[in-house]
Amino acid sequence: MEIIDLVIIGGGSAGMAAAIQAKKEGIDNLLILEKMDFLGGILNQCIHNGFGLTEFKEELTGPEYLQRFVDQINEMKIPYKLKTAVLNITSEKIVTFSNRLDGNVSVQAKAIILATGCYERNAGAILLPGDRCSGIITAGTAQKYLNIHGYLCGKRIVILGSGDIGLIMARRLTLEGAKVICVSEIMPYSNGLNRNIAQCLDDFGIPLYLSHSVSKVIGKGRLEKIILSKVDENFKFIPGTEIEIPCDTLILSVGLVPYVALLENIRTPMSSTKGALVNEHMETLIPGIFTCGNCLHVHDVVDFVTDEGRLAGHGAALYINNQLPNQSGINVLPKAGVSYVIPQKITSDNQEDITFKFRSQKPVKDVFVIIECGKKLLSKTFKNALIPSEMAMIKLSKEKMGALDSDITIRLEGK
Amino acid sequence: MHDVLIIGAGITGTLIARELSRYQLDIVVLEKSNDVGNKTTSANSAIIHSGCDPEPGTNKAKFNILGNPMFDELTKQLDVKFQRNGSLTVALSDEELDSLTLLEERSKINGVSCQRLTKEEVLEMEPHLSTNVKGALFFPTAGIVDPFNLCVHAMENAIDNGVQLFLNQEVISIYKRNGIYVVKTKSDEYSAQIIINAAGNYADVIAQMIEPIDWKLTPRKGEYFVLDRLEKDFVKHTIFPLPSKKGKGVLVSPTTSENYIVGPSSEVIPERDDYSTDGLTLQNIRQQALSMVPEIPFGKVIRVFSGLRPSSSRHDFIIEYAKTDKHFINVAGIESPGLVSAPAIAKYVVEELVKPNLIIKPKNIFSPYIRPYAHLNEMSDEERDLLVKKNPEYGQLVCTCEKVTLGEIKDILSRSCPPHSIKGVKRRTRAGFGRCQGGFCQPKIVFLLANHFGISPLEVPLDENDSPILVSRVKEIK
Repeated sequence: MEIIDLVIIGGGSAGMAAAIQAKKEGIDNLLILEKMDFLGGILNQCIHNGFGLTEFKEELTGPEYLQRFVDQINEMKIPYKLKTAVLNITSEKIVTFSNRLDGNVSVQAKAIILATGCYERNAGAILLPGDRCSGIITAGTAQKYLNIHGYLCGKRIVILGSGDIGLIMARRLTLEGAKVICVSEIMPYSNGLNRNIAQCLDDFGIPLYLSHSVSKVIGKGRLEKIILSKVDENFKFIPGTEIEIPCDTLILSVGLVPYVALLENIRTPMSSTKGALVNEHMETLIPGIFTCGNCLHVHDVVDFVTDEGRLAGHGAALYINNQLPNQSGINVLPKAGVSYVIPQKITSDNQEDITFKFRSQKPVKDVFVIIECGKKLLSKTFKNALIPSEMAMIKLSKEKMGALDSDITIRLEGK
Repeated sequence: MHDVLIIGAGITGTLIARELSRYQLDIVVLEKSNDVGNKTTSANSAIIHSGCDPEPGTNKAKFNILGNPMFDELTKQLDVKFQRNGSLTVALSDEELDSLTLLEERSKINGVSCQRLTKEEVLEMEPHLSTNVKGALFFPTAGIVDPFNLCVHAMENAIDNGVQLFLNQEVISIYKRNGIYVVKTKSDEYSAQIIINAAGNYADVIAQMIEPIDWKLTPRKGEYFVLDRLEKDFVKHTIFPLPSKKGKGVLVSPTTSENYIVGPSSEVIPERDDYSTDGLTLQNIRQQALSMVPEIPFGKVIRVFSGLRPSSSRHDFIIEYAKTDKHFINVAGIESPGLVSAPAIAKYVVEELVKPNLIIKPKNIFSPYIRPYAHLNEMSDEERDLLVKKNPEYGQLVCTCEKVTLGEIKDILSRSCPPHSIKGVKRRTRAGFGRCQGGFCQPKIVFLLANHFGISPLEVPLDENDSPILVSRVKEIK
């Protein structure tokens, strides 16, 4: 069986950044496996701008952003296979993949980086009540039909969920001549970035109904109408608040879920983000298997995906060169007001500065983010606003952290 | 003029067609939908019942018991997934233990093998069962099958043996002209000597086209959850509560596709085409299922759906001649245990109801076997590699969640009962059946179907022909 030092599964933003970083650190025997016809992953269909503000200090479209990495991949002669799907991985790091040219192939990797992205929650997952008609489609699929294939999924549209793709699609479909009637969000606040609410809804006069959800979809063949109802604080529909909206399409933008089937098959321990538990090198609890990007936790800004990819590429390079410290270490635990934090583990002889990435459980204003190791205060940072839809980050230098002897906690505290 | 015309290509109609295709006959099947098995056949519990609970002496008891043992050979011939995983009927209280005894007696009368289990024994067989379980009955002959593909493969086999299938043919009237039946659909006209009415939830409507009838059908809706693949053997057997007057109750079962199914509800509804699901009903199903298996991870639900059982006012299968004519055969009210009964019903209809009225001779060439499918998931790496080297399309995945290749989709499109909709592809190949529910692969399949049939992607339906996915080319919106 062919031995490959590093196999990277997924050639999107995370996978490409990981490959470039590992190559820079001297890993020459590496391979990217990508299931689509091109590198770049989901960015290929994100033709709007707003990418690269952190990474390049420029505002780029998705394809522009990804092309800069594709160019690097090509310049650095990093090998990749397109239209290649990974069928299986084992904890001994055998990767089995399949494509038209090579057939069904297994290779032995020294390290694996999983950068398989995420998928959209859909009508089944949210138990959408009512008929099983056509015209119900997830925002990303609608985006693919429109931006890759040139087809519109509907003319009179309601969007359920105010996630970023839903907001972006509200604007995009409006520009293409469709009527976006409204966006409905079950939470009392939006789940999208503030800039997207302003630029995609407010600028086009599209109303956003907060604390509202679809209580019924009605349609024999194609969707004919939906019933929108207000929900109470337990997300139960409030009788008497029903609004009937005739429409031919319901776009779902109700969340993204890390795509981790390959990790599940080898029973990698998972976290509350639905991605794997990782340490500061983005290494899972299975030594030599790393993960980054949206298959670890769903990001809102691609620049941070790129960053996380580099972290995994660095970690994998260390691992291949036998320079990665022992896995045993301490836990990082989200406490009051924090829904999750990454990394969830820190190796005991950590040699790196660490950026803690986290999200608040709900929108809060004027809070301190307190990071402690046992009872020792590591940092206390003031934030004037935190919202769940925007990932927050606090970087601690290795000097500041010092020797870590007990679990690290991260919590929010009012001013 | 045809010899036999079958109305309805559900599991009953297609198995009858296949049974008839053994003989030198001109047979046509008319189906209202754009696919076979598109209604009740594809939306049920997919259980091959043991036959323990139908009332002795009824058609349900008779055909269930005859049908169950036919499945080993039938599914082998038709290359369909089938597994005798056995079923457990569990008692959760002391009163239910008494009912269990009654069920045990009934299964003895029905001649169904059955084993009484203590609490400890049943918990050993199914560790995820509620510790409230008091005892259970084990029915080793019960099984699970892929009912939709059983129907598709039966139709394919029938077509390969000479039967003709016409889709999108809703029957609007039937009458006799010169002693021959004329069947009118919205677009065409057919004539035949013998009509077999296997029209599912509309069988009473069809029957009334030739005479007044003294029975009627009422749709009884069942809603279900489908769960993603869970840890292996989360439950191994089909777990039933005790049956009640409303039916067999909410079951928890593995499926042949390694998912899990939970349901059904049982609710009489006024409309024959209402396949909607409802939050409260699903909540009830969930409660009932959790009382038997408390750890069902409902967070892993990938889909909810509903099916309609055609419940007859006789509370039994109606398999008989029309009152006024032996050339018109009604096969109606085929609700549970209809799936397990279907092969036995087909045999009975052909041998006992058709044969006495038609001179028929066996064919010289009849093959009960379907052209085998490539089962990539069951292949070793080497076998798979060899297949890809022969046909590279088996190396290219279309659906990553369920690992379905372009080769498999092209194969079903090349067969004699191909799909015309996204759902048709999904149910045949499992493309789009996984956790992303087609989010990634649906566009690819839309364009594949459009190319294959030479139609616009705007014409590719999700399910029936009135369910388009796309509405316009970009810049052409009106």
